[in-house]
Amino acid sequence: MNITVNGESRELDSPCTLLEYLQSQGIDPDAVVAELDLVIIPRENFGSVRLVQGVSLEILHFVGGG
Amino acid sequence: MQNLPKLTIGGVELESRLFIGTGKYGDDSLIPAVCEASASQVITVAMRRVDRGGTGVMGHIPSHMRLLPNTSGARNAEEAVRLARLARAAGCGNWIKIEVISDTRWLLPDGYETAKATEILAKEGFTVLPYINPDLYVARACADAGAAAVMPLGSPIGTNRGLRTKEMIGILIEDIDLPIVGDAGIGRPSQACEAMDMGADACLVNTGIASSSDPVAMARAFAQAVQAGRAAFTAGAGAVSAGNAIASSPLTGFLR
Repeated sequence: MNITVNGESRELDSPCTLLEYLQSQGIDPDAVVAELDLVIIPRENFGSVRLVQGVSLEILHFVGGG
Repeated sequence: MQNLPKLTIGGVELESRLFIGTGKYGDDSLIPAVCEASASQVITVAMRRVDRGGTGVMGHIPSHMRLLPNTSGARNAEEAVRLARLARAAGCGNWIKIEVISDTRWLLPDGYETAKATEILAKEGFTVLPYINPDLYVARACADAGAAAVMPLGSPIGTNRGLRTKEMIGILIEDIDLPIVGDAGIGRPSQACEAMDMGADACLVNTGIASSSDPVAMARAFAQAVQAGRAAFTAGAGAVSAGNAIASSPLTGFLR
């Protein structure tokens, strides 16, 4: 199964939840915001939203800036 | 010090008139000490894609700081609005610094797109602080669009060149009935002091602190400069004489 994450193509073995994906990548879910196919996913829904074939996911966080 | 009136933005009363940034620190672990030395209560951050293994800046920001995420990276109003909504989803409040830049050489903000984004986000309940050229019409458009303050640039971002736009910022201070936050290019405490002394309501300093040899000491110096400038503005400077010298000592009773 193929999805796009932050503009790059990624292979997943099977559909999973957003929370499972973040954990599999070592990303702290409390430190990021996520947008799935241009829709913002509230953090409380990370565990229920499923990543399926073809979706485009953006994962962002705060970095240093002025 | 006398009891000076406090700055209020978006209904929030601020003790400190110095806003700081989090960009360009050689070592982000300096940020807590910079926050303390600056006594600032408002701090900017940017929003970017997570890199594998990359860490964000939030772990270095003391919890009492009010976060002012910027929309840097946005090239038009639509992208700025998207970033602002994502920033709010992070759960760190509803303040947003609109930054819409499509020119990568000068990094000057696009006033039209900035005003458009300001209007959309103000209607959505954001406290919007647009970063602008000190242009009267852009500032008025942002004010009409519901901005909570405007942030005119002193000189191009990151240049430390100071208040090259002083005359234009002076016009905004005179004309725009919103807090004026001097932003961009303020590289030295004397320049921040100058902005405050002419009536700016606050200054945002990032590069000036972060690129100095001792950011913690420089943060303290900026804090003192901003306070001194504000106090001077409130005190009201004496008249400037264009002509001859005017003696400060009596012109009678000389020893001869």
